Amino acid sequence: MSENRKSTDSFEDLYADTLHYHINTGDEVIHAKRMPGRFRNLKWMTMATWLFFFIGPYLQWSGHQAILFDIPGRKFYIFGATIWPQDIWMLSLLLIMLAITLFGVTAVAGRVFCGYFCFQTVWTDIFTWLEDKIEGNPIQRRKLDKAPWTAEKIRKKTLKHSLWLLVSILTGITFAAYFTDAIELWHGYLGFTAPFIAWVVLAMFIAGTYILAGFMREQVCFWLCPYARIQSVMVDKDTILPTYDYHRGEPRGKMKGRGMEEAAKGDCIDCKMCVGVCPTGVDIREGMSEGCITCGMCIDACDSIMDKVGKPRGLIRYLSHKEMEGVTLPPLFRRPRVITYSTIFMLAVTGIIYGLATIPPIELSIVHSRQPLFMRMSDGSIQNKYTIKAVNKLDTDQRVSLTVKSSSGDIHMKDAEYFKDITLKAGKLVPFSIFLQASPASLEHENTDVQLTIQGITQPEITVIYDSVFVGPKR
Amino acid sequence: MSTPNKPEKPQDTGHEWDGIRELTNPPPRWWMIMFHVGWIWCLIYFVLYPSIPLLNGSNEGLLGWTQIKEFKEAVAENDAVKAPYMEKLKVMGAGEIMADAELRNFAESAAKAAYGDNCAACHGAGGEGAVGLFPVLADDNWLYGGDIDTIVETITGGRMGNMPAHADMLEAGQIETLADFVIALPQGTATEKGWALFSDAGCMGCHGDNAQGGALNGDTFSGAANLTDQVWRFGNSREEVLRTIRFGVNQEDVAETRSAIMPAFGEKLSPELIKILAIKVHAMGGGQ
Repeated sequence: MSENRKSTDSFEDLYADTLHYHINTGDEVIHAKRMPGRFRNLKWMTMATWLFFFIGPYLQWSGHQAILFDIPGRKFYIFGATIWPQDIWMLSLLLIMLAITLFGVTAVAGRVFCGYFCFQTVWTDIFTWLEDKIEGNPIQRRKLDKAPWTAEKIRKKTLKHSLWLLVSILTGITFAAYFTDAIELWHGYLGFTAPFIAWVVLAMFIAGTYILAGFMREQVCFWLCPYARIQSVMVDKDTILPTYDYHRGEPRGKMKGRGMEEAAKGDCIDCKMCVGVCPTGVDIREGMSEGCITCGMCIDACDSIMDKVGKPRGLIRYLSHKEMEGVTLPPLFRRPRVITYSTIFMLAVTGIIYGLATIPPIELSIVHSRQPLFMRMSDGSIQNKYTIKAVNKLDTDQRVSLTVKSSSGDIHMKDAEYFKDITLKAGKLVPFSIFLQASPASLEHENTDVQLTIQGITQPEITVIYDSVFVGPKR
Repeated sequence: MSTPNKPEKPQDTGHEWDGIRELTNPPPRWWMIMFHVGWIWCLIYFVLYPSIPLLNGSNEGLLGWTQIKEFKEAVAENDAVKAPYMEKLKVMGAGEIMADAELRNFAESAAKAAYGDNCAACHGAGGEGAVGLFPVLADDNWLYGGDIDTIVETITGGRMGNMPAHADMLEAGQIETLADFVIALPQGTATEKGWALFSDAGCMGCHGDNAQGGALNGDTFSGAANLTDQVWRFGNSREEVLRTIRFGVNQEDVAETRSAIMPAFGEKLSPELIKILAIKVHAMGGGQ
């Protein structure tokens, strides 16, 4: 950033700098010009991925909502997979995967997420698109903002805010629909019979969408989002970012007639179009900044101007710091960051695939009773009590057998015949107790390892083994 | 709301002392917003909730909220969840409840708190009892019977065992012979002489001809222990056995007598609660 300025000859220059120092705290609404171009088209395409968000709740999968986060039922349905709280470790892997994806992409190409996918960017873009359609271009919009309240202004503003609210409501309902039956929820909202919590979620989302996308806009990127602040530790000199090629552009100068100003020799004609189209109002020519969401709108704008003045495109383009200095970029697989991030990413993905592939259909947990550790029965035998918690995660009842095997000693289950064929109700956890008994003479140690096995009868391929211990008197 | 801060152009009050200006740079806007939100919040809270300490407690607040009300509401909510089960528990017998896996599971879980409050002090959290003092509930040895209905009866009406003190009724030698006999019984080494004395001294009156105690011989009243099994109510050392025979159980005016009183809970606890407590006790390890 400082390279493109002459070295400071005197301290006055330092102070002169602060005169340009401007913190965008939202005092002025940024009305960005919308221009067609390559990156504009790309942005529409990436924004369209959010359509899946709106379609998601209505997809069905073998009789239930394809994506349903059933919080009261403590179950997540994601297409064919049913995620129980016990499987939540996969969520941490998923979060790691997403975080690493963010890091990796940032290291290679900067804030791609911000510019093309972030809900804040996307919703703000939709909101300003509506604004542009209703109130006209930025000049007309600024004029309208300053104009007195005429019927025309009221009509335009009402229409705009109504449409904004409509988008907000739709967003809120869609979000809530991921947590309950979508159709029923619509009935609930339309018939005013939805549960209280559903209204709270809806209200929060309407307020959030309306305020964040309608009013706070780039302020969120500047002051609320941590990503802007930590991006500087994620990018390096190899990262390609929308960059102003100051070697080519400077010294900048305005066009005069058909030619340039006397002093100006660079390609930048200082038309400020790049600033005018920027949704966060930054000047890309100042270098990388926390406000730049790398959306590429300035590239489109600059290219169109370069075309008009008959100069080659790409005065602003995706460029890395090294390339700017004339160094060729190393290939992706030779960069330590890319290698590290890819490795972690692959580990996380492998973990998730492993997890999803091996979700046990029956989750077994056995708790040995601690008080008393063991009981001496009237015939002198030793009895241990165990609480069995077997969760049947399948959607059909399962007949299973429960058997015990011990490393040594004659340990047998009380009512063993009964437990040879028991039924675990579908999707339920009903804990029950079993008793293991042994004659004290047959026990070689105070503690004996035992292995309890649940073997499927309905589905013989199900085998769940749980290791526990049988406690006898001290010897 | 504050005016925007301009770091390059500090505002001042116009006061100046010896070249030192008093600045009036406003706090950041977000700070002012939080400040105003803060005091408005306080005001609303002050009006809605009890906030003014008076001599007899505090004012009520518009919402009329109190901790105890919130607690009672939560209890009512909990009761509402339990209600359908409790209705069933009322009309069903303990045996029927146990046959229904879900209801049985509910009963055992619901009994946890009541067991802790009423039973655990003597019988232990897991029914392990206390050696020589309070009977074990987790084994299969029952003084009065271990079927569910008898357990309900025991909790409802309480129990008080009775064994006469034999110190004055028998000679010292006889008592020692009996003690040795009782210790030998579970080991299968009891002598003919012992059996004869057991009979002559009248022990079989309560403990039965086979010495297997009251419950196994169809008497659910005396609480006479089974002398042939491996479980000892008051300990199996010779001294303990001698003491039991000499001074008996629950004998008035006998200083060293054994105390074995189970209080009656029939008036303290509801029949449903007693039912589920009995189910819990039954499930501890030795229910019949």
